[in-house]
Amino acid sequence: MEKADYSQYAVVMKGITKRFPGVLANDHVDLFVKKGEIHAIVGENGAGKTTLMSQLYGLIRPDEGKIYINGFEKQIRNPNDAIEAKIGMVHQHFMLVDRLSVVENIVLGKEPVRGPFFDLNRSRKEIRELSKKFGLLVDPDAIIEDLPVGMQQRVEIIKVLYRGAEILILDEPTAVLTPQETNELFEILKNLQKQGRTIILITHKLNEVMAITESVTVMRLGKVTGVVRTSQTNPNQLANMMVGREVLLTVEKDKAHPGEEILQVKNLVVKENRGIEAVRGLSLSVRKGEIVGIAGVAGNGQTELTEAITGLRKVESGKIIFKGEDITNYSPKKRREMGMGHIPEDRLKHGLIKLFPVYYNFILGEHDDSKFSDGVFLKIEEIKKFSEELVKRFDVRPPKIDLLGMNLSGGNQQKVIVAREIAFNPVLMIVSQPTRGLDVGAIEFIHKTLISMRDKGIGILLVSMELEEIFSLSDRILTIYEGQIMGETTPDKTTPEEVGLMMAGHKLEDIRQEA
Amino acid sequence: MNVKKYLLNEKVIISLLSVLISLVIAAIVMIVIGKNPLVAYAALFYGAFGTKEAIIDNLMKASPLILTGLAVGFGFRAGLFNIGANGQVIIGALLSAYVGTLVGSYPFFLSIPLVMIAGMLGGAAWAAIAGWLKAYRGAHEVITTIMLNYVATFIANYVVNGPFQAPGGVPKSPSIAYSAQFPNIMSVGATSLSTIIFVSLAAIVVIYVIIQRTTIGYEVKAVGFNPYAAEYGGISIGKNVVLAMAISGALAGLAGTTQVVGVYGRYFGALGGSMGFDGITIALIGQNDPIGIALAAFLISSIRTGSNQMQIAGVPKDLVVIIQGIIIFLVAANRIIKTIRIRRRKEAEA
Ligand SMILES: Nc1ncnc2c1ncn2[C@@H]1O[C@H](COP(=O)(O)OP(=O)(O)OP(=O)(O)O)[C@@H](O)[C@H]1O
Ligand SMILES: [Mg+2]
Repeated sequence: MEKADYSQYAVVMKGITKRFPGVLANDHVDLFVKKGEIHAIVGENGAGKTTLMSQLYGLIRPDEGKIYINGFEKQIRNPNDAIEAKIGMVHQHFMLVDRLSVVENIVLGKEPVRGPFFDLNRSRKEIRELSKKFGLLVDPDAIIEDLPVGMQQRVEIIKVLYRGAEILILDEPTAVLTPQETNELFEILKNLQKQGRTIILITHKLNEVMAITESVTVMRLGKVTGVVRTSQTNPNQLANMMVGREVLLTVEKDKAHPGEEILQVKNLVVKENRGIEAVRGLSLSVRKGEIVGIAGVAGNGQTELTEAITGLRKVESGKIIFKGEDITNYSPKKRREMGMGHIPEDRLKHGLIKLFPVYYNFILGEHDDSKFSDGVFLKIEEIKKFSEELVKRFDVRPPKIDLLGMNLSGGNQQKVIVAREIAFNPVLMIVSQPTRGLDVGAIEFIHKTLISMRDKGIGILLVSMELEEIFSLSDRILTIYEGQIMGETTPDKTTPEEVGLMMAGHKLEDIRQEA
Repeated sequence: MNVKKYLLNEKVIISLLSVLISLVIAAIVMIVIGKNPLVAYAALFYGAFGTKEAIIDNLMKASPLILTGLAVGFGFRAGLFNIGANGQVIIGALLSAYVGTLVGSYPFFLSIPLVMIAGMLGGAAWAAIAGWLKAYRGAHEVITTIMLNYVATFIANYVVNGPFQAPGGVPKSPSIAYSAQFPNIMSVGATSLSTIIFVSLAAIVVIYVIIQRTTIGYEVKAVGFNPYAAEYGGISIGKNVVLAMAISGALAGLAGTTQVVGVYGRYFGALGGSMGFDGITIALIGQNDPIGIALAAFLISSIRTGSNQMQIAGVPKDLVVIIQGIIIFLVAANRIIKTIRIRRRKEAEA
């Protein structure tokens, strides 16, 4: 028996194998993370990245394999063991209690007490110190639900640090962040690194890998397919290793041939949950055969706008006209029947029923259509046949239609939703963050699909926080700020900088006047 | 199908283990109070299955419990806690008894469907009130169904002591027409096995099919699992809450009806007993699965039927209440344990 010396590594995972019923999620995976480095794990959706990290954090236990922390073998049976080994994890979906304050969330499970009493003051002080030390500014007394996503993520990071983590795992931390917030996060990560922390970063964004990591482990179909130093690779090579083929990192499309207006929004006013106006007198239109992109920083009314158009949220005033009909007060069902598809922003809340198998999720919204139901009974055979086709066409992995929605990887959940909405042949598609959490191959595929839908004459309203996505797909770009449109341009007549200024609240005409 | 089988097995194991453990605990209690558990269980078993009468009695007890178990279980599927099955049993029974007195001149193939429909409609309407209040007024169904239980009891007391009282001053309704009564399959001494058992068996199949195979079942489950996604998918939450309550109530109403048309031939005050509340127990043990519910109903009816014999053998009959209590505790505790585990995990993740 060789006795390897792993002392230079913060984390070594050796021969990790994890099987789920019918799925080999990790197949003898080796991972080496040096002390004090930022290490990226990249790979296709369902490659097994989250599964691998869940084992390091003790959420699930490996079937085979060993874990070494700082050179010593460690049994990590549960998250408490992981915390003891100074490992912390920030999840893809945050686990904060919305109604509690920042301090309360941070101390949850490790509440400080003085005698029989809860001693929040001490923790408040500790948190302030942590914040200062790592540049993680956040108000300890703010209530979570009032904070933007980027701030919530900071809370998660502080929470991990508060528990003394030396090794931090971040699972797709930037998927929900604005570019600005991403930059801030990276500053924080570099800071943490300077202070000697080791960081494992899962991401689908290859430019991020290039920007802040030292080395990369690439996974594919449960196996490691490559380990490289970041300085010796490039995004194209990484994409290649991930997907196993050439990937187009840019979108190719012809000029649009827009037809008549299919959607008109007139002076729309919509309130957000707390009763404040989030969409404030907004107007826009979408024509057949064009993609209208809505650029903007998250939280400027995009959610409320798309929910109002699709009927999930009440309209205060204004009108929504679809195919020439005033649909302002129509039910979501009616809008669907008229041919409005919707890829929702929050896939776990609106898009998917986690306890339904994939084939049930594929018919959500169409379940009473004559294709899938005779009025009383579901046509199970047809549904399954339809689902098998979709799974193949959209490359959902694993291609098992009776897997429960919750057992799919994040990116594959997204694929199921996108596949369903596209298969339903809408004439208008409201698309929110269609590629959030998708791997490069899948993004390429979804982008191509959206373009080809456009070319078939479907009108598409695209909301995305990714400026790149907006620029490469849209025929017209509208920029939203505090519930109002700051200006309309086309990708060839503007620059990301100009749109960036609009996103910050400057009107297009003002910008151009000054220039 | 693998995953589903896996889950199903886990559920079955939980229920079976709970039953076993509760029997063991009860045995320990018996030893402590100086009784021989083997003797007691032998008596219990004999009392439930030992004679023809016992088996008939057992089946007749199980029959309405299957229906109320299905009623509560169906509500659970939509995320609704129907505590009002008792009230729905009463209203169903009352209405079917009333219609039963009107159909004297009809042939049985008309009067039997009529009383059954009346009973189901009665229960459905009663439950739908709570459904409507939940869907469109935001009133929690636990509160409203409990209140409706009281209302149902008082209505029933009033009518069988007044407008719908049989001559003789006893609080019971006149007996229903002969053509509306379900025939017996066989009688042994004073106990008879009524054809109402087939109603319960049919209900198991119907509910199973509704849940697994129909559009309604799809929508109800979607609303129960994730109302946001359901709404997104064009499924009306309000409509389905009312509908699920109505179906749940119809089953409870049917349970009441079977007692009128198959056992007593009339309505009288204590007819429903606590079968509505028993439905909660049974749905829990059966884990909302129609077949599980049928088995759970049979389990409960068996230990109840057998308990008399156990009493004769010198072990207090109340012990079966303890057994039942422990089973529920364990099945529910399994959820508690799971929740605690998840919470711990989340906290640790923090
Ligand atoms: N509890 C589970 N039961 C069954 N299969 C599971 C379970 N959890 C994960 N899987 C499967 O294991 C595989 C790996 O999933 P994992 O979540 O690790 O992927 P990932 O690399 O994180 O993907 P993504 O980029 O989409 O988040 C997937 O095929 C997934 O469907
Ligand atoms: Mg993942």
